[in-house]
Amino acid sequence: MPSFSQLNLEELLNRASSGNLRAMGKVLSLLENPYEIPKNLLESLAKRSGNSQVIGITGIPGSGKSTLISRLITSLRRNGHKVAIVAIDPSSPISKGALLGDRLRMQEHATDPGVFIRSVSSKGLKGGLSLAALTMIEAFDAFGYDKIIIETVGVGQSEVDIMKAAHTIIVVTMPGAGDDIQALKAGVMEIGDIYVLNKEDKEESRKTYEYLLFALEKGDIGLSDSSWRPRLLKTSAIMGKGIDDLAISINDHYDHIKKTGRFFEKVISRRTLMMKLLAEQLLIENVEKIYDGMQDKLNAVARNADKIFIASIEIAKRVCSEIDNLDVN
Amino acid sequence: MTYLYDKRSINEIKDSLERWEKEVLPVWLDRVPERSEGFTTLSDIPVKRLYTPYDIQDFDYNKKLGFPGTHPYTRGIHATMYRARLWTMRMFSGFGGPEETNKRLKFLIEHGETGLSLAFDYPTLLGIDPDDSMAQGEVGIVGVSVPTIEDMKIMFSGINMGEVTTNMTINPPAPVLLSFYVGTAEEQGVDYSRIGGTTQNDPLKEFIAQKSYVFPPEPAVRVGMDLIEWSVKNLPKWNPISISGYHIREAGSTAVQELAFTIADGIEYVRQLISRGLDVDDFASRLSFFWDSHINFFEEIAKFRAARRMWATIMKEWFNAKKSRSMWMRFHTQTAGVSLTAQQPWNNIIRTAIEAMAAVLGGTQSLHTNSFDEPFRVPSEFAAKIALRTQQIIAYESGIADTIDPLAGSYYVEWLTDEIENRAWDYIDRIERLGGMLEAVKKGYPQREVTEASYTYQRYVEEKKKYIVGVNIFEDREIDEIRNVPLLEYNQEEIERRQKERISKIRASRNLERWERSLSELRKAAEKDINIMPYILEAAKARATLGEIMNTLKEVFGTYVEPPIY
Amino acid sequence: MLSPQYTKEKQYKVLVAKLGIDGHDRGAKVIARALRDFGFDVIYTGIRQTPEQIISAALQEDVDVIGISILSGSHIYHMKKLMEGLRSLGADDIPVVIGGTIPIIDVEELRRIGIREVFLPGESLRRIADVVRELAKEKREKESYRG
Ligand code: B12
Ligand SMILES: Nc1nc2c(ncn2[C@@H]2O[C@H](COP(=O)(O)OP(=O)(O)OP(=O)(O)O)[C@@H](O)[C@H]2O)c(=O)[nH]1
Ligand SMILES: [Mg+2]
Repeated sequence: MPSFSQLNLEELLNRASSGNLRAMGKVLSLLENPYEIPKNLLESLAKRSGNSQVIGITGIPGSGKSTLISRLITSLRRNGHKVAIVAIDPSSPISKGALLGDRLRMQEHATDPGVFIRSVSSKGLKGGLSLAALTMIEAFDAFGYDKIIIETVGVGQSEVDIMKAAHTIIVVTMPGAGDDIQALKAGVMEIGDIYVLNKEDKEESRKTYEYLLFALEKGDIGLSDSSWRPRLLKTSAIMGKGIDDLAISINDHYDHIKKTGRFFEKVISRRTLMMKLLAEQLLIENVEKIYDGMQDKLNAVARNADKIFIASIEIAKRVCSEIDNLDVN
Repeated sequence: MTYLYDKRSINEIKDSLERWEKEVLPVWLDRVPERSEGFTTLSDIPVKRLYTPYDIQDFDYNKKLGFPGTHPYTRGIHATMYRARLWTMRMFSGFGGPEETNKRLKFLIEHGETGLSLAFDYPTLLGIDPDDSMAQGEVGIVGVSVPTIEDMKIMFSGINMGEVTTNMTINPPAPVLLSFYVGTAEEQGVDYSRIGGTTQNDPLKEFIAQKSYVFPPEPAVRVGMDLIEWSVKNLPKWNPISISGYHIREAGSTAVQELAFTIADGIEYVRQLISRGLDVDDFASRLSFFWDSHINFFEEIAKFRAARRMWATIMKEWFNAKKSRSMWMRFHTQTAGVSLTAQQPWNNIIRTAIEAMAAVLGGTQSLHTNSFDEPFRVPSEFAAKIALRTQQIIAYESGIADTIDPLAGSYYVEWLTDEIENRAWDYIDRIERLGGMLEAVKKGYPQREVTEASYTYQRYVEEKKKYIVGVNIFEDREIDEIRNVPLLEYNQEEIERRQKERISKIRASRNLERWERSLSELRKAAEKDINIMPYILEAAKARATLGEIMNTLKEVFGTYVEPPIY
Repeated sequence: MLSPQYTKEKQYKVLVAKLGIDGHDRGAKVIARALRDFGFDVIYTGIRQTPEQIISAALQEDVDVIGISILSGSHIYHMKKLMEGLRSLGADDIPVVIGGTIPIIDVEELRRIGIREVFLPGESLRRIADVVRELAKEKREKESYRG
């Protein structure tokens, strides 16, 4: 077998499509940095994608999302699904690097050929995280992973963006935490399709369950789409209870949105969002670059308090011409 | 009130101190500036230039120190300390199979060791058999392989279990190894009342530091408490738990964290046992502790003294213990393995000697000294002997052990003892607010603190804010010095093969009916919250293997996967 | 590539893993954090990993360097398996380094089976980061499909 480093893009994609782990890993890397995305890659992926269910898992910090996902993988695998996990680590932006550890919880699935786990770091530019997650979804979808799971804490613009790209939003909460419904009315948590009360092995779980049920019935939360009645489930990720029911509800929701057409609408909206974010990235990166090249001049402008507005416009114009020069053929 | 100094003396001392600082000191500082802008202990506690009575001005002697063998036991738990009996010299040992370790134990006894301490191999530590797929390539390397009661019998052949005491560094499988031990002693004809030793059996620190956890925190604690409860009722001389700061420290904590987290673990266990309906005075005297003795000499001594005082206070005031023995913090100490370097390895002998002195000055009941080959492999016979001799030199030549708590009254040591104690109480408060140590561990609190401290220290070394001779100061690249260290040699493949062979023979020859029944009864007990110890003892005697017993428990309790914490 | 004229500084990715049933994680965590602070993206697998788990993680995450930490004395046994596994998948161009309790007499053997660098206890973090960066750079430069 020729060494991987010698392959061209087409050969790489072919191998990836035939299920080669290494090739898939490399394609995903190409998608990580907007400036390294080979020009035809996105459409070759998108031509083959549009079939998988994207499942967004969000909720209260520490409610057991990662533990639940690990269990859910087992359940989905038992039913023959191929599962991909986009593991997002909200790492600190202080240093240039990132420490990605969400995998650690799921390493037991690492050697299962039907499971692919990939970490994405949130450092770098604004919107970069959502973009990387969206391009990866496109890739996993194209590679035939029919369930794609993403976990976020559900706050902040990029996380909201990612969740909105999901077909099915699962909001995880835990006993005690749900008594404050306000916490669930932040960001995307109020538009859950399935609410999960995890840690039902804990004593206070009954009270929280009733509270959540009431909130759902009253329409305080669960405002996803009017044709779907949001569900409330109890699980104990640690004991492995209620997981199969959750898998069933996920599939029910899939059947439902397939029927109503919402499934494909989501695919379209996620791709348009991807394009918008990609455009933004190109702009931002060029602003940075032009800005770097004009440092001295800008400093002088700032010092002399002269032509500040005009200098800003100049940056913008140079960005435009830079982008004009991009090779798009 | 037994104040050491009256107000007037203190004021006079303060005045003369200020004069000294104004008139004498500046001249000296001018001539030769100090080596560093600020000095700190290994745990980052600022150290002043000079300590005087002014630093311990309100020192109440009877309240803070008392006398050896009296509350709060700061000066020692026994009235005569080492004048009557030296500490137990207990060398942590074990490698290969039971045959190799039997030989090593006899060698150490012959050279004057006074207690045994067993190191188990990875499969044993995690409760898996030598023929398990995860055990391949690991059998017998870091300790001895003991997967069945038969192995224990071989290891103790020719050693009278009624005469020696044995410490076993074992945690989740502690009930199993204790059962092998008790079963073997029974066969030697030793009565339960004479079986002495310690099972480490400290589940919480596994999650914080030692990382040989198997079950999730709650069932792990339950298993540990089952052992303690059974032991206090059946084995009067056994220490069913060794509440361990050693591993926490070696994982990178500060001295204060080591002290605080370990005492907080202890508090959790006491609460757990009381909630089982036990009377505190029925078990407290059987709890033992285990500390690290690191290289910052006075800090360690202060830590040991603070530890005794804190535990006595907690047992008396929090838990209303009545017997004085319940308030004693009895402890084993090990010198700091992590302070020993691969570079210039012979220097390790000196480091260990300093650390061992601190342990003795801190009043330890038993001591392990590390061998100079620590950074390479488990100790060779030669290296272990030097380490033992180090203790013997301290005991028989140095005179350190001839008077009790000789550093008491040192302004610095008393100040530092107080300082460490205060800082430790702050941590304990925080843990109490989190709901106690079990909850804190589940939330990852101590894990995060230790990880942070470990990284901070590593950065200090990198930036030369802390020195290690041979590593970041006085380096030489004498590779030959390292290459020439004689290492322990053994044939691992051969040992692994032998261990697998023995276990399959045992599986083939046991009474299947008794074996099967013992395991199914064990499972029922585990499911029903019945003390599992008697069932494990029966399974051990029925020749169930370590792995079989642990798998039965894993099916009931589940296994733990660590959350990402760095 | 859209803009070959302008490439940002490379972001290298390293896997830090504990191979075998060894629980000593102090060193691995220190290394993971240090590499992060030196600008790498670091994936940490946690303890008790098999060669197969580590290889899967390395391929899925497409790392530039695999860093193994072993203090259990079973390094030769496990590293042979790991290296064989990588070779059989044609992934032996991913450089592998190791640190931990490695007696100096084993260094040669480890190098012989293809391990690029062996770090002994006491190694400086900066030197580790420098070596890892060099290895990552070398590996990336060979990759043609990146355009
Ligand atoms: C600390 C320590 C412990 C702590 C571990 C805490 C923790 N969570 O990590 C505690 C006390 C719990 C412990 C327990 C045990 N230990 Co221990 N332990 C040590 C000790 C003293 C230091 C290791 C250490 O952390 N050093 C500090 C770190 C920062 O250094 P480091 O890991 O070497 O890493 C440096 C380099 O090696 C390199 N590096 C390391 N990893 C990596 C990875 C990459 C990718 C890179 C690039 C570089 C790199 O960079 C680092 C910076 O320089 C060593 C002896 C020694 N002095 O080295 C024994 C030692 C490793 N332990 C040993 C043993 C036997 C055990 C036990 C099995 C004892 C027993 N039978 O019960 C248990 C097992 C526990 C378990 N579950 O694994 C033996 C192993 C023997 C062998 N290999 O043949 C040793 C060598 C001691 C000895 N001679 O007996 N131990
Ligand atoms: N009692 C109980 N604890 C659980 C359950 N599920 C998860 N946990 C524990 O809850 C803690 C947090 O679990 P995670 O899976 O990391 O939660 P998370 O929501 O992914 O956390 P973040 O990503 O940090 O927001 C861990 O200690 C788990 O062991 C459960 O069903 N019952
Ligand atoms: Mg999570």
